[in-house]
Amino acid sequence: MADYRGSLGVTDRFEVAVRLFGQHRELVGESVISVEFHAGGTVADLRKTLAAHPVLGAALDGAAVALNRTYQPDDAPVREGDEVAVIPPVAGG
Amino acid sequence: MTVAGSVRGSEPPAGVLVAEVTRDELDGADLLRRLGSQSDGAVLVFEGRVRDHNSGREVVALHYDAYREMADDVLREIASEALQKSGASSIGVRHRVGSLAPPCVSLVVAVAAAHRRPAYEASSYVIEELKRRLPLWKREEYADGTSRWLGGRTPPVSQPDPVPSTGRELG
Repeated sequence: MADYRGSLGVTDRFEVAVRLFGQHRELVGESVISVEFHAGGTVADLRKTLAAHPVLGAALDGAAVALNRTYQPDDAPVREGDEVAVIPPVAGG
Repeated sequence: MTVAGSVRGSEPPAGVLVAEVTRDELDGADLLRRLGSQSDGAVLVFEGRVRDHNSGREVVALHYDAYREMADDVLREIASEALQKSGASSIGVRHRVGSLAPPCVSLVVAVAAAHRRPAYEASSYVIEELKRRLPLWKREEYADGTSRWLGGRTPPVSQPDPVPSTGRELG
């Protein structure tokens, strides 16, 4: 069955593909996880959803969230189609 | 968001020769040769290298992972800010990813400026900022076969406030 929900806006739920890196990717064993999300939700809501993940949930201390390749505050809205990434503490150089 | 949107995209901003994350081998001297003009009295290159020890343990490799698409954007922003803040005239930054053994070069920052002070300032700014906000991670592998992801910093949500160009005093 075709997934018509997002494009027609007949439901307020959608799937978000969350990209993982570094220790998160290694822990989870995936570079992307899919989480169900709701319209009007924020980065803070996404954090709560991720905190319930059986593996990732315990490893989110100090992590940032990037939407569309920009670090975002907890009150930023997450929209369908956003490029979403969880960023563990960074260590370049 | 106060993102420096103007420097996002495929083209480096003015004065930024290159700012990218790459799997390729790095060569600071080559980057330095491509920078600067006759009005630049100071040129310098910084190379960050993989060292063979950390916290008393023998290191045999560093494995770098990056959010490549975002990291290129962030590096361009940082390089552009470095020029604006220091008054240096041109800059090139490359950060390597993949598995690197000592003494491989993991980072090069090359700067050209009219005087020494803006050159040092720009170079230092790039390194400090990329440690703060470049989406890149490293796992250290030890001689005993174990490894661990190195602790890092939580990147800030907002970019630093724009600062007028300074550093144009004689160096």
